[in-house]
Amino acid sequence: MNVQIQERSAPAAGRQGKGFVQVIDVVKKFGDAVALNHVSLTIEKNELFALLGSSGCGKSTLLRILAGFETATEGKILIDGEDLARVPPYHRPVNMMFQSYALFPHMTVERNVGFGLRQEGVPKNEIAERVNEALDLVQMRRFAQRKPHQLSGGQQQRVALARSLVKRPKLLLLDEPMSALDKKIRQQTQFELMNILNKVGVTCVMVTHDQEEAMTMADRLAVMSEGEVVQIGGPTEVYEYPNSRFSAEFIGSTNLFDGVVVEDEPDHVYVEAPGLPARLYINHGITGPLGMNVSVSVRPERVLLSRAKPQQPYNWVQGAVKDVAYMGSYALYRVELGNGRMVTANVAGLVLSQGEAPSYGDEVFVSWSESSGVVLTK
Amino acid sequence: MKTLILRWLPNGRRTVIGIPFTFLLLFFLVPFILVVTISFSQQQLGVPPYTPLTTLKDDVYSIALNIGHYKFLLQDDLYFATYISSLQIALVSTLLCLLIGFPIAYYIARASESVRGTLMMMVMLPFWTSFLIRVYAWIGILKNDGFLNQFLMWLGLISAPLRIYHTNWGVYIGMVYSYLPFMIMPLYAHLVKMDLTLLEAAYDLGSKPWRAFIEVTLPLSKNGIIAGSLLVFIPAVGEYVIPELLGGSDTLMIGRVMWDEFFNNVDWPMASAVTCAMVLLLLVPMALFQHYQTKVLEESKR
Ligand SMILES: Nc1ncnc2c1ncn2[C@@H]1O[C@H](COP(=O)(O)OP(=O)(O)O)[C@@H](O)[C@H]1O
Ligand SMILES: [Mg+2]
Repeated sequence: MNVQIQERSAPAAGRQGKGFVQVIDVVKKFGDAVALNHVSLTIEKNELFALLGSSGCGKSTLLRILAGFETATEGKILIDGEDLARVPPYHRPVNMMFQSYALFPHMTVERNVGFGLRQEGVPKNEIAERVNEALDLVQMRRFAQRKPHQLSGGQQQRVALARSLVKRPKLLLLDEPMSALDKKIRQQTQFELMNILNKVGVTCVMVTHDQEEAMTMADRLAVMSEGEVVQIGGPTEVYEYPNSRFSAEFIGSTNLFDGVVVEDEPDHVYVEAPGLPARLYINHGITGPLGMNVSVSVRPERVLLSRAKPQQPYNWVQGAVKDVAYMGSYALYRVELGNGRMVTANVAGLVLSQGEAPSYGDEVFVSWSESSGVVLTK
Repeated sequence: MKTLILRWLPNGRRTVIGIPFTFLLLFFLVPFILVVTISFSQQQLGVPPYTPLTTLKDDVYSIALNIGHYKFLLQDDLYFATYISSLQIALVSTLLCLLIGFPIAYYIARASESVRGTLMMMVMLPFWTSFLIRVYAWIGILKNDGFLNQFLMWLGLISAPLRIYHTNWGVYIGMVYSYLPFMIMPLYAHLVKMDLTLLEAAYDLGSKPWRAFIEVTLPLSKNGIIAGSLLVFIPAVGEYVIPELLGGSDTLMIGRVMWDEFFNNVDWPMASAVTCAMVLLLLVPMALFQHYQTKVLEESKR
């Protein structure tokens, strides 16, 4: 566990080589407003990297800087070692799939996809060949002669993808690729998109505000907030070991307990949280002085509900069931503690079917193991 | 039975279509039919200055269609030359309006939202003064000792005044000046609603700005170009005031011929025949445009 914690604090080191795409200390200001505040990222070749954050945090701005539609106020962008600062969008080895797809309404699917190749002066027969290849890849060859308005949203998206892949860019940018689709077909489309991207092997930066989408699709992701990168890591890493309150709350849902560190050893920490009957015990050390204010994050699925008082002398609270929401495979319990705070717990379907599940109003104990909590210092 | 009665009662749909329909019938079709009838009659002295088409004599009701004026139209070179010259002047004026109007409309459409309204207001500002007065004002500018020549001579660019007033150049200047707003308005309407991410997409795919303009902006403003061109071309063909005031005696335009026939020769039938021929001439491009529009509409429905 300790090893993983160490890795979390320096995610850029181990797995990464030189970095195929390097965003170095980029600042972007619109007048006085700072949209990006010293952002640095390294993206590996053939990696699907997601920029995740709520609306207005600067994701699109970073994507548009990569595409060349905006210029960074400060900082550098390197792709395959080449500095792109002075390269206009039409000379960049970068293609983008727009949020609205931006298909040319006056051109057929075929001419849309071939547009980029025609700009390069590729010979006609080669254009036809590559367009067909790209349309085959997204299974849209049958619709080659249609105009964009004659296609459904999902079909338009695939044409847009084919158009941005046909030039074989070094870097593919996806701006909110699923946002214009119905919720129903979104999940299936996510997998299709991943398959296609894996097949062609392209380095890809995707922008999304949907954490599930980022978790499903991305190899690694950057959590952004107010123009800054909060955390970078693989989906599991960011979910299991958030490095800040923002990450913990933005990715999934969590229970946060605020307290102060009262004992800090290399192999464990005790945190005393005011208003809780027991101390919090976490089986890893942290870097920070005693008495430091921290939060402890416990994921709802790591929490156990019981009628009897738990054996362990730490990591438990007591409360009354306020809300039960059956979600099919699990139920979401909301337990109100004595001090009015709420704790959320996921109870698996199996436990529910055994007939001993607590119901509304019951007094219950909420507990979790020593490896379930994560100490957050930011 | 009940449905039969209901069918003849006014309903919303019929009223909405009916009002403009009646208006067009009364104020466009009826006068036009009158003009057509006059064109088939003969000139006479008196009131009205043309003979009736139908006569009732000895219980014989006869209709006499005099096609002499149309024959004359086809035979006389002057009329033919006038038509050609009218079309040519209108066409050149339309092209000039397009060349000058497109950059203006483009600039206004891409200006920041707060100044767009003001700029369009300035385009339409001339409509606040009488058309006649504005064309008169151009005489003061264009004539040999007018503002333009004085200014150019003061600059030292020319030593003798340019002869613009009373030439076709004067007509072109007047036409472009008068009809430019009609070109700018539909162009602006199309350019301003264009999705600018399409241009970004074009740049992203390797298109240099001028090529993106030709391959994306221009095709997407095609309908605006067609609408603007028709709005300029059609009134320009029949224009009377501008060639009369700014043109020379050798500036041949249908509007002037009509005027001469009506008021100088008091030959209403001939004037009507000229008018009918002009309408026919204009109907052709109009019909083509209509045909094209319905095709586009059907295509987008499919
Ligand atoms: N062209 C612009 N002019 C001024 N401010 C902008 C512009 N583009 C973005 N911003 C501001 O920069 C911030 C980040 O925007 P954006 O990158 O679009 O956010 P996101 O895509 O994460 O929702 C926002 O506060 C936004 O208002
Ligand atoms: Mg955005």
